[in-house]
Amino acid sequence: MINYLSNNSEAVLAALRQHIVLALIPVVLGFLIALPIGYLGVRVPWLYHPLVNVAGVLYSIPSLALFVFLPVVLGTKILSPLNIVVALTIYTVALLARTVADGLRSVDFLITESATAMGYRRFRRLVDVELPVALPVILAGLRVATVANISLVSVGALIGVGGLGQLFTRGFQLFYIEPILVGVILSVLLAGVADLVIVLIQRAVTPWTRFQGSRA
Amino acid sequence: MNLSYLFDAAHWDFSTSGSIPQLLLSHIWYVFLALVIGTAIALPIGLYIGHTGRGSFIAINAGNAGRSLPTLGLLMLMVTLLGLGLLPVLIALTVLVIPPILTSAYAGLRSLDQRVVDAARGVGMRPWQVLTRVELPMALPVLMSGFRSAALQVVATATVAAAVGLGGLGRLLIDGLAVNDYSRVLAGAIVVAVLAVLLDLILALAQRWIISPGLRASR
Repeated sequence: MINYLSNNSEAVLAALRQHIVLALIPVVLGFLIALPIGYLGVRVPWLYHPLVNVAGVLYSIPSLALFVFLPVVLGTKILSPLNIVVALTIYTVALLARTVADGLRSVDFLITESATAMGYRRFRRLVDVELPVALPVILAGLRVATVANISLVSVGALIGVGGLGQLFTRGFQLFYIEPILVGVILSVLLAGVADLVIVLIQRAVTPWTRFQGSRA
Repeated sequence: MNLSYLFDAAHWDFSTSGSIPQLLLSHIWYVFLALVIGTAIALPIGLYIGHTGRGSFIAINAGNAGRSLPTLGLLMLMVTLLGLGLLPVLIALTVLVIPPILTSAYAGLRSLDQRVVDAARGVGMRPWQVLTRVELPMALPVLMSGFRSAALQVVATATVAAAVGLGGLGRLLIDGLAVNDYSRVLAGAIVVAVLAVLLDLILALAQRWIISPGLRASR
């Protein structure tokens, strides 16, 4: 395996780079899209259940089906990385819209009331009070979405764009185990690192959660 | 959008090999086998860990590990190791089923109010009775959500199985792409998506039916 890595380090690194880009752009885009949708699911109570159901249906569409379906809808080329980005963004939104709504709903009524009493208007209250309090729930969802995206990108190799997944298809065509093994290990490691980074961010931005154990 | 492949009656004739109903049937067969074998392995382990509290480290990390495993890589790794055929694919699919079921069985048991378990012991139930009559029924909502996500993941990954020469609905996607027949690709994508959504709906209904009404009322 070491031999394979040293002989193909450039190809492996290029695959890894593409993998990171294809997995993380959808996380960022999906998060930004999910925030207003999730908020809407809280502001307009009757929207919550349709939102959860639509998200559930979207999330249940198999990735390979979505990857090959999107070019037909978007008019993109089948080999365009855009298909993967859009597909994974859809999954991220499906997962996070619900998490954002659940996170905001979990904010204690007393906290929002106090903020209102202190003179916070709706938007400031959302940004300064409700979102921070909901962050642990939202970030937990973000962890799931990130890790799931990283493992899903490789399926894209079947339509020609798949980051580390290209190592799988190459190894499979040659019936040669080393690229596959390298790809699987790198993909799992990448997911682990991304997960860890979000945990560290969470610790940094929500210091109060660390003291929860000592509260009554 | 060209739906001619999907709506061509010739592709729905069960007797021709490679027709949509045949592919659908083999797809469901792979999903069924993987779910049965995976549940048979994961459920006892998850229940044991949840019931005794021993080895909870495994249960907590199994979920994360399972999510981060790239399914295509796992599938191709197994086929490269064991050769073409149903067995390597089944192993890969089963490996995917195990983490969500194991984790949810554990989480389901742990989430129970310990007073209920104590009460069950107090009225003289044996450990086995506590598990099967109290813990398992009460953990079912959590357990079923784990089972549903496992089922969805297997339906999706079974399409990937076509990339390693197996049947199933992935054949429409892979073969359609190979010969630039987008009408066939679209037919495959639609049938798989409908299957996934229908399966989830059936499991949601089953969940409503098997979960004790007493639990629903408290929610």
